[in-house]
Amino acid sequence: MSALQLLRVALRALAINKLRSALTMLGIVIGVGAVIVMMAVGAGAQARVEEQIRALGSNLLMIMPGTTTAGGVRMGFGSSSTLSEEDVAAINREIPDVLAAPALRGSAQVVWGNANWSTVIFGVTPEYLEVRQWPLVAGRSFEPAEMASGGKVCLIGATVAKQLFGSADPLDQQIRIKRVPFTVIGVLETKGQTLYGSDQDDLILMPISTARSRVLGSATQAKQRAVGTIWVKMAEGTDSKAMEDQVRGLLRQRHRLQPGADDDFSLRNLAEVMAAQEASSRVLALLLAAVASVSLLVGGIGIMNIMLVSVTERTREIGLRMAVGARTRDILGQFLVEAVTLSLIGGLIGVALGMGAAAAIAHFAGWRVLLSPQAVALSVAFALVIGIFFGFYPARKAARLNPVEALRFE
Amino acid sequence: MLIRTRKLVKLYRMGDTEVHALDGVDLDIDKGEFVAVMGPSGSGKSTFMNIVGCLDLPTRGGYWLDGRAVSEMDGDQLAAVRNRHVGFVFQHFNLLARTPAIENVALPLIYAGVPKPQRSERAMAMLERVGLGTRAHHHPSQLSGGQQQRVAIARALVTEPLIILADEPTGALDSHTSIEIMTLFQELNRNGMTVVLVTHEPDIARFARRILRFLDGRVVADEANVPVEAALPA
Repeated sequence: MSALQLLRVALRALAINKLRSALTMLGIVIGVGAVIVMMAVGAGAQARVEEQIRALGSNLLMIMPGTTTAGGVRMGFGSSSTLSEEDVAAINREIPDVLAAPALRGSAQVVWGNANWSTVIFGVTPEYLEVRQWPLVAGRSFEPAEMASGGKVCLIGATVAKQLFGSADPLDQQIRIKRVPFTVIGVLETKGQTLYGSDQDDLILMPISTARSRVLGSATQAKQRAVGTIWVKMAEGTDSKAMEDQVRGLLRQRHRLQPGADDDFSLRNLAEVMAAQEASSRVLALLLAAVASVSLLVGGIGIMNIMLVSVTERTREIGLRMAVGARTRDILGQFLVEAVTLSLIGGLIGVALGMGAAAAIAHFAGWRVLLSPQAVALSVAFALVIGIFFGFYPARKAARLNPVEALRFE
Repeated sequence: MLIRTRKLVKLYRMGDTEVHALDGVDLDIDKGEFVAVMGPSGSGKSTFMNIVGCLDLPTRGGYWLDGRAVSEMDGDQLAAVRNRHVGFVFQHFNLLARTPAIENVALPLIYAGVPKPQRSERAMAMLERVGLGTRAHHHPSQLSGGQQQRVAIARALVTEPLIILADEPTGALDSHTSIEIMTLFQELNRNGMTVVLVTHEPDIARFARRILRFLDGRVVADEANVPVEAALPA
């Protein structure tokens, strides 16, 4: 029999027992649907993580000062001021293919007209924008003169712009930060949330010297040239681990640390943190799909069950077909095609249903879902394999019937 | 010789004991014969028919169908012989339910690899041959018992086999319809078809031209018969 004939015979047999066929398919429909939804949700979450990694900028090192101990109480990272602007300059000078930018952090109340807002202040250099890959949507960056003279100018994040100015244009407006008037010279592009949900756009950037003298106060940093954080951007394609070691070595040398002594700073390789995050989200997506595929397996067992019943019920038909010339492989093919047809039609309905459910989740729950054609093809192929696997045993049972006994079967 | 069996033996194992379903059957059936096989249950007549129909193989002995050594064949070869050279008619018709008569008749042609247009054409011709040309698209449930058996006969004929094997073909029919069916077999036989039928009803066997009697796996009588002419009451 040709494949087309087998298919026609299978469709007829399935049409005779419509309700049973539909119920048998249901297991596969639900299984494939669940796999599709889980893959869509998992891939969506993964895509979000990847996007955030891109937003943060790849190949980024973050260096923070080490801890201090005050009367036996350890203060945590950033409590000392072991990093200085000289360290930044040294990194830029001595290590090729990197760009280091310092940042000094504080917080302040900001006022414009009647509006006021509490936000984070960063004292930075113009390199900061490049290191963080953070373009401006309006205005300009700091000029060398402003950096040198402690100019009272600032760049504001999208959240600050919205909270203080609403729909008004913030450019060239005077805002007061700790009672000091600043001119807004630019607005930063929206960066969104971090992986941990904090708003990266709720900040104000100003020249580091201005921040030190006007806003944060010398009390926060003992040394005049101290910085809070050093961001180091590595050129694309450099080995982040090797670069990390170089930076660490340089800083240890500059801080005159003996071999074996602890670092007096803390260095985080964000690329690696992000890679770990990405790996864990990938594992989660895989786990979801694996759980969903269990229901697909159950659907397959349902197919096997019904096919076994069907073979028993149709024993005389099988005997007759053998009597009029069906070979073993014709019978095997007939029942296998029937099982595969069930699973494949069920699989296609499941894909449609799963896509609908994924769209509904995206719409109502607001989750990010992502369904690749490969994922769809994979789940249909999986349904096909289930049909072949669970259809084979009943089909073989049918094909191995003895025609004499099958014809006599009551 | 169309059918030739030599020392045909078929053993069945029933627990510890072996049962001789056939115990050395030597038979020749020529082309164009109309043979009735009679005997009580367990006499071996069904086993004989199964072997002649290539549904089963003998334990020992030889069987040649039109010169082919069937007893040496494997499963696929047997299937091919059944498909091309043997037409079966069963007591309970064994038609596919919810399948039109014409498709039931065309079923053997599917396994013979005949393309669809020719299948329909040949199946239709056979239905007309058995007088059911107008019922081609009826399902078995819409046909009477006699009509169903005619569909089954058309199915047996559609591959133009060497022989028709009928196992109690009138067993499920009333006497009037039985006579109709037997008349049809006689007509086929007159046109050259070899027919072998199994029956335990003497009235049915009388339509044949040769009667074989089986007992305990052996042929105990083999006699010629002057067939009754079916005088159908109008």
